[in-house]
Amino acid sequence: MPHRMIRARRTRLTLLSAGVTSLALLASACGGGGTSAAPKEFKYLSVTENTTTRTALTKLSKGSCKAENDTLPLKVETVPQASLDQKLQLLAGQDALPAQFAAGNAPALTKQLAESGKVANLDLELERLGVFDDLEPAAVSTIKALYDGKVQTLPYEYNIEGIFYNKKIFKEKGIEVPGTWDELIAASDKLNNERVQPFAASGQQGWPITRLISGYLYRSLGPGALDDVNTGLAQLTEPEYVKAAEEIAALGKKGYFGKGVGSIDYDTAMNQFLTGKSAMFYMGSWALANISDPKQNKVGADNVGFMPFPAVTGGAGSADQYPSNVGLAVTLGSKNFDKKTDAWVRCIAKNYGSTALKDHGSISGFKVNTPVKDANEVTTTVRKTISSSQQNVLWFEAFFSTKATTASQTNAAGLVTGSVSPKQFMETVQSALKSK
Amino acid sequence: MHRVLGDRRAIMILLGPALLVYTLIMLVPTVWSLGYSFTKGNSIDGFTGNGLANFTRLFSDQAVHDALWFTVKYAVLVTVGQVIAGYLLALLYVFFLKKASALIRTLVFFPVVLPTVAVGLLFQKFFQVAPQTGPVNSLLNTFGLESVDFFGSAGSAFWVLVSMDIWRSMGFYAVLLFAGLVDIPDEVLESARLDGASGPRLIRHIVLPLSLPVLMSSLIFSINGTLKVFDSVVALTNGGPGTGTTPLTLYMFQTSFTYSEYGYGSTIALLLTVVCLLVSLAVYRVSRRDITEG
Repeated sequence: MPHRMIRARRTRLTLLSAGVTSLALLASACGGGGTSAAPKEFKYLSVTENTTTRTALTKLSKGSCKAENDTLPLKVETVPQASLDQKLQLLAGQDALPAQFAAGNAPALTKQLAESGKVANLDLELERLGVFDDLEPAAVSTIKALYDGKVQTLPYEYNIEGIFYNKKIFKEKGIEVPGTWDELIAASDKLNNERVQPFAASGQQGWPITRLISGYLYRSLGPGALDDVNTGLAQLTEPEYVKAAEEIAALGKKGYFGKGVGSIDYDTAMNQFLTGKSAMFYMGSWALANISDPKQNKVGADNVGFMPFPAVTGGAGSADQYPSNVGLAVTLGSKNFDKKTDAWVRCIAKNYGSTALKDHGSISGFKVNTPVKDANEVTTTVRKTISSSQQNVLWFEAFFSTKATTASQTNAAGLVTGSVSPKQFMETVQSALKSK
Repeated sequence: MHRVLGDRRAIMILLGPALLVYTLIMLVPTVWSLGYSFTKGNSIDGFTGNGLANFTRLFSDQAVHDALWFTVKYAVLVTVGQVIAGYLLALLYVFFLKKASALIRTLVFFPVVLPTVAVGLLFQKFFQVAPQTGPVNSLLNTFGLESVDFFGSAGSAFWVLVSMDIWRSMGFYAVLLFAGLVDIPDEVLESARLDGASGPRLIRHIVLPLSLPVLMSSLIFSINGTLKVFDSVVALTNGGPGTGTTPLTLYMFQTSFTYSEYGYGSTIALLLTVVCLLVSLAVYRVSRRDITEG
């Protein structure tokens, strides 16, 4: 009897210790991530596809910001752009967001993070550090337009968008820079007849095509066209919105984007333009880095011109309203914003603009405090356009949820190859916008 | 042995760790996921109860209907293709190539060991139209036909996907069914031949009934795998063009992890589980009946 009792007690003890161990294991597995200790590194979570920002920051860490880097070393981590939102959500859930991170693919995610107090209030922080004036006013206004009137991201890039064109091809074919949509169509017809592919565009990415739709909408309906969709005043399925999709689909139907546009990725489209295989390329000013690189640009930077998206005759918008964005926006976590981080942010605000322009030919939203000579004429044109632009507009998906952004970008290739009708396209996007 | 297995404590010690691991990594997440089906929210905002709203949405969501139809269509075609191609290959090994089949078996099995992403990229290049014309389109051009943008429409992309997955896994089913065919006693085949059965008749009346159990196992294996297809779709088309080649698994993944709708994503996962369960039960019932009859 006592022997049995001892055995039973031993079994209970074994079971109890096994249970405690399991619980401890579970607790340690679930509890990973968030720490409240002061950061030992200035962590920057970026996307794999963007090399400019992290290279420029690394350069700063060895140059102008060396002292800051010695105190708090910069550490860059990357994640593929497609997995960024998921990664940010998981890190936010564990309260483990790094000091700096690429903002989500849709501004909606950053707004959500800000509402839950995970993102630093940069209006206040930059003012406190005395560096708010180191931001270009145009970049501040774009960020505010995107993030409900607040500065929630740092403008490591500041881009305007328009159509880059091959001056040599235009001259050879006797084409003037088109000022209206009809002239652009006429120029494309002529190029196509002369066996030159009018446009290079990545259907795989989708957004280079949807940017054309928003370009047309801003010119035909005015700068508030997509604000109205955001606020529910208008729907994408209304005839004047569908008309924009029809115009872009018509370009695709005539084969102006070339063969298999759905399989063309970003780099291939860029390469098509920079090797003279296509005459025009709708893109943001970040492409200046590629245009300025002689290894990539076989047509020569002097042969590249920049024009705004043309006006639509009788439309409410005008060609000098450039679409603008802050590229891959980078934001700062509210946690761990200590003195060492302060020093880093101050140094970045003072020096990033010059470094990015000088070493990468990339225009940022920080002021260029050390004068830099432009690499080529097209860079000068774009910089002048930025500083003189009075009113900017955003892009097609700027106010969309992640779901609507995905619906828009994955159906864009179908729109220009004809597998999705313009009406179907707008219906799909509108329905993704509605579903919450 | 009997004494060891008759002891409850011994059984617990032997089964306990495995059961604990299984419970922690399979049952707990399954039940947890079921719980999420009744919630809305995400890891940033937190989760709140949502009643049966996710389930009503599931029935009215056109994207779910499309994804379910795609999944069923894909599963049926690929399962039939994989098993038939595998069976024909197994017959070829056993009755024609006989002992010389080792090399062919290895070659046909080779795609099974290749990573799916590599196979996806291979087929992308094979069928591409731009930036370079792929071999398939080059062949079409040789015969004076126009190039086809296989990934430009959902219909053609679907067929590329189906052919890729049949090619990729027929070697596996060929080996599985080959093992079943070599198990058929030589005496049975010999006596059937003496009775005058040969060629198709021998296969129809002797080989097929005797290899039915392994054929059914292959079917269950295949249908369950194809209903849960994910990696090959992501590698080849990523669900596109649009959502033209999006199966339930990918839609569930996007809903949960891209759109942060974990509750609705869990509801889609539940639908997929129910579909897999029903199909497995159906195939199992049919196979049991056939075997007893055979």
